[in-house]
Amino acid sequence: MAAHSDHSSDFHQTGDIPKAQTKVIWKTFFILVALTAIEFLFAFTMDAGTLRNSIFIILTIFKAFYIVAEFMHLKHESKALIWSILIPLALLIWLMVALISEGSYYYDSITNYFN
Amino acid sequence: MSTSTTLEAPNTGTWDGGNEPLKASYGKLMMWFFLLSDAFTFGAFLIVYGLSRHSHLPYTGEPEAFTFSTEWWPIPEKVFNAFPGLHGMDLPLAFVALMTMILILSSVTMVLAVEAGHRMDKNDVQKWLLWTILFGATFLGCQAWEWSHFIAGTEEGMVLADGTRIFGANLTVNQYGPPLFADLFFFITGFHGTHVFIGWTLLVIAFISTVNGVYHKRGHYEMVEKIGLYWHFVDLVWVFVFTFFYLI
Repeated sequence: MAAHSDHSSDFHQTGDIPKAQTKVIWKTFFILVALTAIEFLFAFTMDAGTLRNSIFIILTIFKAFYIVAEFMHLKHESKALIWSILIPLALLIWLMVALISEGSYYYDSITNYFN
Repeated sequence: MSTSTTLEAPNTGTWDGGNEPLKASYGKLMMWFFLLSDAFTFGAFLIVYGLSRHSHLPYTGEPEAFTFSTEWWPIPEKVFNAFPGLHGMDLPLAFVALMTMILILSSVTMVLAVEAGHRMDKNDVQKWLLWTILFGATFLGCQAWEWSHFIAGTEEGMVLADGTRIFGANLTVNQYGPPLFADLFFFITGFHGTHVFIGWTLLVIAFISTVNGVYHKRGHYEMVEKIGLYWHFVDLVWVFVFTFFYLI
């Protein structure tokens, strides 16, 4: 043990280590667990459909917000950084609308015109 | 070299390079923009899942009467209902719930390691990194089981029109539904699993460096913070994979 403490004194700590501030971290964790639990509640008690899917997607966006804002600390970065990350993601919305309507159109074509 | 000190003095004027609009270090910015590009890759994967699902027949009958068929897209609850050690029991989404919890927990221990790094608390960084490594390895083990179960298939398999049965799934044959469903399962969860594995390797390297005091000597734990960003992103992707692949 003596050798070990000699070794660690190589990187001398100036002053005491401050106490951990973990309140926000655990609060975010419980929010994420609660949102996941709600998702499971809906998965088992509600019939599948557009309404249930919308609930899932809204809850997912909430979970994503808490992970990115608190865990990845983006909420506390500069406005310029926040927007330079978020604005390009809007392109995904366009891709989603384009490709999902393309899929629906394809399905519609093969079921209505080739039977 | 002493003559070069005037060149290295930081410029403070707004138009002399003294302006920092993003107020983040080079390394963190690069990690953010890499993650943005990775978000496009995963986004494209999940959107292609949506495209494939919309171009196939949905299952419209009663959920109780559901059977596997290449005619319609399967209900995820009927595909992912197995749990290790509980053979033959119908436990819809139970195992994926466990995997989700493990990954969220690993994200929490990661952010605790980053917080300890801000306080230059080497022991706490070590402790939380080790927990994150443990949860990360558990998640990868769960995914390996999930894959081997998916590949091996169920006892009943799928009955084809000519009466023969097929079991399990690969890239061309799929007992759970259209072959595209299995392809997307392998690509999306596989690509995510690869990310988890890369993140896990980085965490092990960061843990060894922390134990050796590399970051302490450097005076900051920014490397832990950057790996943390990547690790949280992997958790974020799983949140979306979970919703779009397992719930909807």
